[in-house]
Amino acid sequence: MSPSDAPILSLEKVTKTFPGVRALSEVSIDLYPGKVTALVGENGAGKSTVVKTLTGIYQPDGGEIRVDGVPVHFPTPQSAENAGVTAIHQETVLFDELSVAENIFLGHAPKGRSGLIDTHAMHQGAKEILDGLGAKIDPRAILKDLGTANKHLVAISRALSVDARVVIMDEPTAALSHAEIEELYELVDGLKAQGKAILFISHKFDEIFRIADNYTVFRDGQMVGDGAIADVTEAELVKMMVGRDVSQIFPERDRNLGAEVLNVTGYDHPTEFADIGFTLKRGEILGFYGLVGAGRSEFMQALFGTTKPSAGSVRVDGAEATIRSPADAVSHGIVYVPEDRGKQGAIVDLPIFQNVTLPSLKQTSRKGFLKMAEEFKLAREYTERLDLRAASLDTHVGSLSGGNQQKVVIAKWLATEPKVIILDEPTKGIDIGSKAAVHEFMAELAAQGLAVIMVSSEIPEIVGMSDRVIIMREGRIAAELSREDICPEVLVSHAAGITEATA
Amino acid sequence: MNTRSIPDRLQSPLERKLKSWESLLLLVAIGIFVANSFASPYFLNAWNLSDATFNFTEKAMIAFAMALLIISGEIDLSVASIIALASTAMGAAAQVGIGTEGLVLIGLATGLVCGAFNGVLVTALGLPSIVVTIGTMSLFRGISFIILGDQAYRGYPSDFAFFGQGYVWWVISFEFVLFAIIAVIYGVFLHMTNFGRTVYAIGNNPTGALFSGIRVGRVKFILFLLTGLMSGIAAICLTSRLGSTRPSIATGWELEIVTMVVLGGVNILGGSGSIPGVVIAAFVMGLVTFGLGLLNVPGIVMSIVIGGLLISVIALPRLWTMWSAR
Ligand SMILES: Nc1ncnc2c1ncn2[C@@H]1O[C@H](COP(=O)(O)OP(=O)(O)OP(=O)(O)O)[C@@H](O)[C@H]1O
Ligand SMILES: [Mg+2]
Repeated sequence: MSPSDAPILSLEKVTKTFPGVRALSEVSIDLYPGKVTALVGENGAGKSTVVKTLTGIYQPDGGEIRVDGVPVHFPTPQSAENAGVTAIHQETVLFDELSVAENIFLGHAPKGRSGLIDTHAMHQGAKEILDGLGAKIDPRAILKDLGTANKHLVAISRALSVDARVVIMDEPTAALSHAEIEELYELVDGLKAQGKAILFISHKFDEIFRIADNYTVFRDGQMVGDGAIADVTEAELVKMMVGRDVSQIFPERDRNLGAEVLNVTGYDHPTEFADIGFTLKRGEILGFYGLVGAGRSEFMQALFGTTKPSAGSVRVDGAEATIRSPADAVSHGIVYVPEDRGKQGAIVDLPIFQNVTLPSLKQTSRKGFLKMAEEFKLAREYTERLDLRAASLDTHVGSLSGGNQQKVVIAKWLATEPKVIILDEPTKGIDIGSKAAVHEFMAELAAQGLAVIMVSSEIPEIVGMSDRVIIMREGRIAAELSREDICPEVLVSHAAGITEATA
Repeated sequence: MNTRSIPDRLQSPLERKLKSWESLLLLVAIGIFVANSFASPYFLNAWNLSDATFNFTEKAMIAFAMALLIISGEIDLSVASIIALASTAMGAAAQVGIGTEGLVLIGLATGLVCGAFNGVLVTALGLPSIVVTIGTMSLFRGISFIILGDQAYRGYPSDFAFFGQGYVWWVISFEFVLFAIIAVIYGVFLHMTNFGRTVYAIGNNPTGALFSGIRVGRVKFILFLLTGLMSGIAAICLTSRLGSTRPSIATGWELEIVTMVVLGGVNILGGSGSIPGVVIAAFVMGLVTFGLGLLNVPGIVMSIVIGGLLISVIALPRLWTMWSAR
């Protein structure tokens, strides 16, 4: 029995423009039952715009959406959901004060006979979906108490709680580590078997080749190619995407480490992490690997002064440093690029240049008075190095594509010329070409003496960039590997805690 | 390599200004001015116009500080009560013979202390400012009532009258000059300094601002302090102008001040707004009340107009953004 050949959902010559930007021009995509279609393209190519058009968030300016061949309109997200289309959005919208289960079932909670929400059934349902993802999250937990990756798993669960025929996933694996990604693959296989049509957006090619059946490539809002994944190679896809060949080799660099710049001892937290200690030298790139919930981000935020550790001390350049707030950390030359860019990283309603200069205002101003020209100069210098695509430097960060927002946040912190930069999932959502630009810039700054702490869930990035790797498991340091010993298998086994078995 | 360059701006700053809420408001102000001059033969008279400025100068002084506070995502509803308390403190001091300099210092100090009190409750204890300042609104005026009851303080030194009744040159009053100076100071402070930039950042995204290394609590505390200080200055002017203090002084001003700020295009939810907008809004409100006064419109109708204005200005900017976004 082969799945029917008729597409469930089609986009026919759809166009969408924003002031100054043609985000989509006459793109067409067909989604078939039981098939995964991968949508690839550079940052700002229009992928998320397609998702928002298909889910009633944006209205197309031209073209047609068809469900089972019948033209439809999705004036609201609800209408798209009713037509059987559900999506995991790139920038997830969840409610901090509600419980995990309430977030998952908001708007379509199971109701009892009285017409009131059946809380028991809701928690049960939430638990089932979360278990299916292999996520150890209590449905009763309040969302704001979860880490970014767990919030993301809740967002995935929310999309899956809708009984849909079409499931759209916009970079679902960004910032998930190998274990959660495996669970997601299985889940996608399950959805395929149920005959659902899946649109899968990702910048990671190993994923695309693992789960996709078809592909569609976007460049600058236009469709530049599609076909079966079996008929194409990674290099060909990249070339279609970028319009040129991209070398995916990590930058070579001289590793001449300088004096010790950071020394952390005995960092403890009542619930999130315990006994974290390490040193960092000038010019060193120290990777932090671990599964979701291993406490990496929580520790980094304590180091940056946004949460309070119960014990521990930091020495910067040999001198004891008291860090009670991010302002303290910044004044000691320690900066943090957070994982949650929408809330912590960027101020989305301010222009790009103002975001970049916000922590560097002392450098770009004179006696406390702003100097716009200096601000534009600094913003341009760093954003161009990171391959930012934007209509102008005074456009709001919120109107940029996800990957481009990330570049702004990285630029903002590099521009402060820190001693130590903590990057939490630095290339989350960044396309393959720009990723190379980010890595190159990182390597260059490290060569000039910048010390880098890189929290990453992407194994190739950890392996390719790190001089040393610390692996965290359940809030503790599970292992520390020096350059020669870093390899994917060892990382994975330490992170999962199965070292004995593989030794 | 990469030769593509991102332009600084797509729209010139002038173009952006022309399309702004402020320029629309300016047209409204001019319209009201013209309408008033047709409606009443007494309007186009230098002394009458000068008198009209007293309708807004004191309120506007507070409105500038309030604008910064609202842009940062907070609000202070206790400002009129701070006026009452500061005026009472000055009145009590005048009774025991303290001179003009002393009275001014007492007025300013009372304002600062009240502002600091609000600021500590909001920033150190993390309480919502709307709740805190509704509380202190009753508290501050309550203290005045306890001290004064149904009495009034009079007998201010004669040179104290200058602040509210003095003229600097011809029809230009001291208050109007003070208003203009304060407007320029706040305009520069909000739009041209690092501090002003952080106010916008905090109002747009307090978490993001904190993560950017901004001392959010300190900035907000300073803004409450400034609002208290401006209330103290307004108290000096108003007390001087009236020549007496009753506990009911400046009742209801907090709403007129918030109306002025919002009419000036400041987003009541924080994050955006400008001082030039508030300046124009001050003139608009002054002209409206003065015009209605010239036409002998009864006071109750006047407060209906102010109420209607408050509602429509909260709705209008929203309609305006909807319209200009297209
Ligand atoms: N609300 C908006 N207002 C203005 N421009 C927008 C808006 N949303 C998207 N754009 C623009 O449309 C283009 C496509 O953006 P989109 O988010 O679809 O990119 P993307 O392919 O998802 O990129 P990424 O890989 O970075 O997520 C970009 O140039 C972006 O700046
Ligand atoms: Mg996107």
